[in-house]
Amino acid sequence: MGSAPLSGLLRPSAIRVGAIAADWRAAVRVAGDALVTTGVTEDAYTNEMIATVEELGPYIVIAPGIALAHSRPSPAVRRVGMSLVTLAGPVEFGHRENDPVRLVVGLAAPDSDGHVTALATLASFLSDEARREALLSAQNVAEIRALIVEFENRAASPGRGTLKSRPRRKAG
Amino acid sequence: MKILAVCGMGLGSGLLLRMQAEKALRELGVQADVEVADIGTARALAATADLILTSEDLAQQLGAVKPRVVTITNFIDLREMVDKLRAAIGLSEPDGVRTEGGLEPPFGRMQH
Repeated sequence: MGSAPLSGLLRPSAIRVGAIAADWRAAVRVAGDALVTTGVTEDAYTNEMIATVEELGPYIVIAPGIALAHSRPSPAVRRVGMSLVTLAGPVEFGHRENDPVRLVVGLAAPDSDGHVTALATLASFLSDEARREALLSAQNVAEIRALIVEFENRAASPGRGTLKSRPRRKAG
Repeated sequence: MKILAVCGMGLGSGLLLRMQAEKALRELGVQADVEVADIGTARALAATADLILTSEDLAQQLGAVKPRVVTITNFIDLREMVDKLRAAIGLSEPDGVRTEGGLEPPFGRMQH
């Protein structure tokens, strides 16, 4: 996993706090525009992210309240990068279990490797309800950035490589 | 055993599924290879897998495949992954047989 850390792929200028989106397309568009702003993608990629949902359904809503907007590598992806959007009001994506969405993460990747570390960190960050709520109630970009950097520093402190899993129990 | 993590594009949610599945398998003490496949190639690869992990939306599009399909709702909830994998492996693994890597089927209840 030699890929960039979350704080490296998610630039402060790609974070939007309390964005107003009338529907899921608008919400994805905010995440897409944030990628365009930071030079990660071109406009076409935003449409590709929307087309992905139109084509394959709202499976990008990966957890309650959280959408991972992305599409496949394309000429509109200049480099690997992420964006993060907290929504002022929840938005329905049409997902049976995980609606409504309050957080949209945009992801653009030219390959399947460069974002592995960042995605793992993000998943681990968001798996904790208190952290998730802190992120959603953050008032500005600096607060969100601080939450992520603090989490990353803590995760990087000694002991990180030693996964806590000593198999205690046999399956079956 | 071999697990196929199926997503739309092969680099977003499928990657999350793989990472979570690998953590869950360690917790369960089960050895398995987890590979990511996008929905376009998953059908062809399905025959080589013992178990498929995906979302409910994509499971419907995948349709009938040979291996058992386990759907995950919350991709960042390790508990859900552990519980569902435990149940799935418990069902498809014959009693007393430990999975030590390259064990061949019958995993996933192959039907001919």
